[in-house]
Amino acid sequence: MPISDSTREQMREIAARYPSARSALLPMLHLAQSEEDEITTDGINACAEVLDITPAEVTAVATFYTMYKRERVGKHHIGVCTNTLCGLLGGDAVWDSLVEATGAGHNTASPDGEFFLERIECQAACTHAPVMTVDWEFMDDVTPGSAVEVIESLRRGESVQATRGPAIRDFQATERTLAFPDDGLADAPSVDDKMLAGLQIAKERGMTGGNA
Amino acid sequence: MSTPLTPVITEFWDRPDLYTLDGYRAVGGYRALERALTMDPDDIIAQVKDSGLRGRGGAGFPTGMKWGFVPQGDGKPHYLVVNADESEPGACKDIPIMMANPHALVEGVIIASYAIRANHAFIYIRGEVPNAIRKVEFAVKQAKEAGLIGSNIQGSGFDLDVVVHSGAGAYICGEETALLDSLEGYRGQPRLKPPFPAVAGLYASPTVINNVETIANVPYIVDRGVEWFRGFGTEKSPGFKVFAVSGHVKRPGIYEAPLGITMRELLDYAGGMRDGSEVKFWIPGGSSVPMLTPEHLDLPLTYESMAEAGTMLGTGTPMVFDQTTSVVKAVTRWLEFYKHESCGKCTPCREGTYWITGVLEKFEHGHGQEQEMETLTSLCSQISGRSFCALGDAAATPYPAAMKYFRDEFLAATHTSADEQFDPVASYVFAGAAAR
Repeated sequence: MPISDSTREQMREIAARYPSARSALLPMLHLAQSEEDEITTDGINACAEVLDITPAEVTAVATFYTMYKRERVGKHHIGVCTNTLCGLLGGDAVWDSLVEATGAGHNTASPDGEFFLERIECQAACTHAPVMTVDWEFMDDVTPGSAVEVIESLRRGESVQATRGPAIRDFQATERTLAFPDDGLADAPSVDDKMLAGLQIAKERGMTGGNA
Repeated sequence: MSTPLTPVITEFWDRPDLYTLDGYRAVGGYRALERALTMDPDDIIAQVKDSGLRGRGGAGFPTGMKWGFVPQGDGKPHYLVVNADESEPGACKDIPIMMANPHALVEGVIIASYAIRANHAFIYIRGEVPNAIRKVEFAVKQAKEAGLIGSNIQGSGFDLDVVVHSGAGAYICGEETALLDSLEGYRGQPRLKPPFPAVAGLYASPTVINNVETIANVPYIVDRGVEWFRGFGTEKSPGFKVFAVSGHVKRPGIYEAPLGITMRELLDYAGGMRDGSEVKFWIPGGSSVPMLTPEHLDLPLTYESMAEAGTMLGTGTPMVFDQTTSVVKAVTRWLEFYKHESCGKCTPCREGTYWITGVLEKFEHGHGQEQEMETLTSLCSQISGRSFCALGDAAATPYPAAMKYFRDEFLAATHTSADEQFDPVASYVFAGAAAR
């Protein structure tokens, strides 16, 4: 499906943020993916046109970065960290349970197009292992059971809250946030007990950093 | 006597409104900027130099010195780029800083830009964390609306634009020159140095690239002074650190403490190991630095002491594993990561990570051959120091370190798989029905 004129206009808007327009390519590709649920030839051509570079140059970039998908993701992207720490602390079991619950596989969508699974690398949340992501929002400290519950709730169309972040929307909405991060969701609760672990002890024991 | 915790960057994280301009201002935020804008930029560089602040991204390079490398009066535009691509396995402190206290980062960005005379700053955040990206974007937007970013900031004559930039999933972009290529809209592949970014960085102009936590330290140094900052830590590692403790501990989480605290003390704050468990090995700061064992728990966590022990402080985010963990499996998984993330530019790294991983996977499945332990050592030595960037060196790190302490486990993996040696379920942090 061709990229719409309004999306092209938004691509130009992104390009205008930078001293050199080509710097906008990564967020522009996120925008293309938010419109088409994957990186298509049309998306690549639109980026190339706006930046006045060749489609081959855009393709070289689009195929380098793992967040850009060359097949439809579907409604929700589900990531499970299976790097060493999360994987060994239980992420491997979470992964198995999700494969079973969705019928999807690594970088593959489920037959109903609802869930796209990916074994992701470290998500910078090791204190919250094992970590799962839904449309790249944090689902911290999951178990095989709680991970499948998230899937079932989403399937039933219920509202699911990220553990540190907003209520889950869908994959395309997140991709749009990556292109236009002022998405009105900055007030989502994002600090939890683990992030406050040291502060709480310090307060209990009267330890400070010597406030001026 | 134990080292006390010292919440500074994390001091007000329990304020629900800290992420807003009003909340941050209520606890003294942007006071440092006000002061900085009355100072000569060179004096700010000198202050950061004198503080001894060292880069919190892993390498520990002196921040003030980095700023000082930028040629002044050269007629070229200067750029500040914040490396917020936190992707190192085990590192989980920059993302929390951005989600909890984004204005500390933004205030640091403005001060640092003023100091190095940059009118453009970029915050390159990995794409996989939209919640950090939206928080920082919101903080930047509020700072713009309040006239803290824009033209003639607070009547100082200083102009600054700040752009929050989303990455797209590539660990290599945490390497500073790969990050620059990525920010210019190309594949994230490292550049040959020299020239260094301070001379020819973004758009071939002088550029400073600093880690999130490094920049978040700057407002506190400017506000409270060098003497206060040097009151924490050691001569060579002054200041405090946002430590993130993960693994088989009772209370994994964020603990801000002076550099020089020991792992045993941090572990104690984190509630100790989970019940019935003891430390088998731990890594001070990301999978790219060599592992240590219980005998190293009393060493101070400083740049110099970790170097003496044959490792590095790295990101200062210790991962602690207990006796249920298979070293062979852990190392194999890390190598699979480096293989996946190698950008492919340098042959030793691209091919070497492929071969090491293949051999390690044989060991994980119990099919390793004893002489292949030598093959692995040789492969590692052929990658290390032979690639443009540190990813190759990092990939060559886990195996030799593991062999130093756990040779027997690799020997056993010539006939018994990792999962037979160590029941994977025992290593999970959830138990019973949830585990099966």
